[in-house]
Amino acid sequence: MSYTQLAIVGILVVIIVDLWVLRTRLLTRKIFWVSYAIIVFFQLVSNGLLTGFRIVRYNGEVIIGSSTPVDGPPPFIGDGRLVFAPVEDLMFGFALVLLTLSLWVFWGRIGVQRLPVAGPPRFSPGGNRDSESST
Amino acid sequence: MSNFAYLGVLAFCFIGTLWLEIVLRTRVYRRWLRLILSVAPVIVIFVGWDLYAISANHWTFDSSQITGIMAVASLPLDELLFFVVIPCCAILTLEAVRSVRGWTVGDEPTDIGVGDES
Repeated sequence: MSYTQLAIVGILVVIIVDLWVLRTRLLTRKIFWVSYAIIVFFQLVSNGLLTGFRIVRYNGEVIIGSSTPVDGPPPFIGDGRLVFAPVEDLMFGFALVLLTLSLWVFWGRIGVQRLPVAGPPRFSPGGNRDSESST
Repeated sequence: MSNFAYLGVLAFCFIGTLWLEIVLRTRVYRRWLRLILSVAPVIVIFVGWDLYAISANHWTFDSSQITGIMAVASLPLDELLFFVVIPCCAILTLEAVRSVRGWTVGDEPTDIGVGDES
């Protein structure tokens, strides 16, 4: 299978895992989409470094766009790429992130280190109501 | 470029999220068992995908920009560490948003099975 096909299959499998296998239903939660928006921004930055500097190079026969050039960086945008990386990497990343977070919530839900919960921030905008250090 | 280029990108990701554990009290690394149980299956599945992709020539690595140490068969150590670091970053981000906004993620005791009764 091509990377394009595998990425689509991967995303569909992980969606099924979140909604119906582990039943974490992160896809229905605001916190997931806000977190993913932050993650995908930094994915574009870090993956842009990996692909722009051609640390990782792609074969044009298995992606929508062309092969990583041998003599310079791939297009910043266009030819099936976004910030140097193949758009397939966005699907790969989405599957990686959703599976990870689904498992994290799954283990917490069945009682594996559900506590201590996150927060509150040490420096919250509205004043710190919990200033004792617990670490 | 140096042999530490790939590791440098991973260090950027790791250090770029580490402060969340301290400042926002995400308590992800402290819950290390849950972290390992969450990341280990991801490593197995995505390393499998990666090994297939490498064998099928989907992508290659610039040998002058990675350590050159092989982790598993044709999988560079750098690439294996990617599947350790990035999931940790993702979980830290989720818990950072929960710390700041207080939104539920589905592991709260009062929230078990909400909308999910069958």
